[in-house]
Amino acid sequence: MSKELIRLQDLTVEFDGERILDGINLYFNDHEFLTLLGPSGCGKTTTLRIIGGFLKPTSGTVTFDGKKVNDVPPYQRQINTVFQRYALFPHLDVYDNIAFGLKVAKLPKDEIKRRVSEMLEIVSLKGYENRSVDSLSGGQQQRVAIARALVNRPKVLLLDEPLAALDLRLRKDMQNELKRIQQATGITFIYVTHDQEEALSMSDTVVVMDKGRIQQIGRPEDIYNEPKNAFVADFIGESNILDGVMLQDYKVRFFGRVFDCVDKGFAPSENVDVVIRPEDIDIVPPEQGHLVGTVTSITFKGLNYDIIVEFKGFKWLIQTTDYHGVGSVIGIRLNPEDIHIMHKSEYSGMFGDYSSYSAEYDELTEDAADEEAE
Amino acid sequence: MKRTNRILTTLIFIFLYIPMVVLIVASFNTGKDITQFESFTFKQYVRLFQDSSLLQLLGNSLIVSILASFCATTFGTVAALGIHNLNPKMRKAAMTLTNIPMTNPDIVTGVSLSLLFVFVGTRMLGQRNSLTFWTLLIAHITFNLPYVILNVMPKLKQMDKSLTDAAMDLGCTPVQAFFRVTLHEIMPGIVSGAIMAFTMSLDDFVISYFVSGLDFVTLPVEIYSYTKKPLQPKIYAMFTLLFLLILVLMIAMNLIQVYGDRKKAHSRTAGI
Ligand SMILES: Nc1ncnc2c1ncn2[C@@H]1O[C@H](COP(=O)(O)OP(=O)(O)O)[C@@H](O)[C@H]1O
Ligand SMILES: [Mg+2]
Repeated sequence: MSKELIRLQDLTVEFDGERILDGINLYFNDHEFLTLLGPSGCGKTTTLRIIGGFLKPTSGTVTFDGKKVNDVPPYQRQINTVFQRYALFPHLDVYDNIAFGLKVAKLPKDEIKRRVSEMLEIVSLKGYENRSVDSLSGGQQQRVAIARALVNRPKVLLLDEPLAALDLRLRKDMQNELKRIQQATGITFIYVTHDQEEALSMSDTVVVMDKGRIQQIGRPEDIYNEPKNAFVADFIGESNILDGVMLQDYKVRFFGRVFDCVDKGFAPSENVDVVIRPEDIDIVPPEQGHLVGTVTSITFKGLNYDIIVEFKGFKWLIQTTDYHGVGSVIGIRLNPEDIHIMHKSEYSGMFGDYSSYSAEYDELTEDAADEEAE
Repeated sequence: MKRTNRILTTLIFIFLYIPMVVLIVASFNTGKDITQFESFTFKQYVRLFQDSSLLQLLGNSLIVSILASFCATTFGTVAALGIHNLNPKMRKAAMTLTNIPMTNPDIVTGVSLSLLFVFVGTRMLGQRNSLTFWTLLIAHITFNLPYVILNVMPKLKQMDKSLTDAAMDLGCTPVQAFFRVTLHEIMPGIVSGAIMAFTMSLDDFVISYFVSGLDFVTLPVEIYSYTKKPLQPKIYAMFTLLFLLILVLMIAMNLIQVYGDRKKAHSRTAGI
């Protein structure tokens, strides 16, 4: 059983009276790969800066290994950081950048040399020792930043959107590389990203944040399959979110029809949000369907088609491998395990209707979000 | 349009530099009359280097300029760091405050500093000669400070803020982070600030006139007292040398900047 290493308790941060973090409670286990996931501006970097010691919380405590460390400066914490834009020292070459921490710690020359070349090997930058860091590509700078942090053998490594500036292909390679390094070294990784796919594929634990608050903490599978509210359901993957009424345990009513489901523990007749993932929906001939709707648009996505289907004025996104032309009438069936029930929250009604959905629009907003994050 | 522009620019440059040319020519003239060039000679330069009192004055000026620019650069850099770390509102206020002494007429600065020194010297320290080398030095440091701050601030602003965070992340105390990282980043600003302070100090007359005593006088102040009589040609020789010194410093400063920019631009393109 891994032990707890860092704990954030009732953490709040305010800048000029504006609340940036609002009651964060979170603990980090030794050897864990934990990801803070959320849209740009939700407070991820701020949380990381508190853990690193660069920022003092307005209130709340930070403990490291059981000791309160609110007032411990960054240079006395056994934590190293890979910064959002790498923050490599421009006046030093690759070798001296990586050796920086060891030189400050006044380690013997030959040990520095040994550890730096070991690190260069790990991040595959052998032969780049004397290159100026400005002459490296983004991916190479990234690896120098990782090496510069890891060479100090910290207990915890903080990574702030380390792959955001890389192209897709390189990003995928680096994801695997980082996961491999984390497993090989056993160092606790606290990773920040706004990319949900990245978070799900790399992490042991995912913490979903929005507006300075934690929305959900869990394993990637749990976050995906059992989102706690409409925000999480929408942010992690695509979701159709509808209004429903929980009649009793395992029975939910929506679209004027009662469905079997696998959720329980709600108040009788509680109003709920119902989540149905686009890839879980089975398309059947209209006469066999629980619901019957009309296809209003279809987009080829490579692995599948995204189709928008209108049911009584509400538009759903459905992913299917079969072609259904615009205007065709289809039926759908929902199995109990395809239906996920959530309590109503402040996010109810904000997400999950695909009325305004268009593939291009979606890509545009994603690009904008990416740019903002950079 | 382009043509007239070019002609105008040329004229302006001629106008700017013609006095220097006249001076340089005069320094090589055998005759005493500036209006008439008799023949070429180095005699004035030889005379200059035989005149120990003139050399002493030049030495005085150089000592004050070097010491003042060194101190002003050190204090100014520290001040710039302090100002940079203020919140935006306070930073703006502090920058306005540092800019005012620069736009203040020299004569006002000179007289007020003089009053202050005399007051402190005679009233509080009970000295008879309150205007000395030290008051001159303090005055020079004072009026140099804003130029240093003004040169260092933009470099601090340009610097990636996370660099100091990164240094501290890797074990540096704030002081170590400054010497190991920040100093390298803002060095061009410090160098140009120092050179500017040096030249401002070297050619200052008005302020120095009010704050120097009898036992330590700088070159411009002394020359001023000569102007009642005709100037000796060896002084033209000295001015020529001073002009060349400043010219070399300015060219060096520009080269440093151009080289720095080119290096950055070069590495940018190589990086992509
Ligand atoms: N030093 C600061 N002063 C004022 N506001 C800040 C400061 N740093 C961050 N913020 C604000 O805090 C919010 C969260 O920022 P951040 O933690 O960087 O978000 P994220 O990393 O999730 O994109 C943003 O709205 C940002 O504008
Ligand atoms: Mg951020």
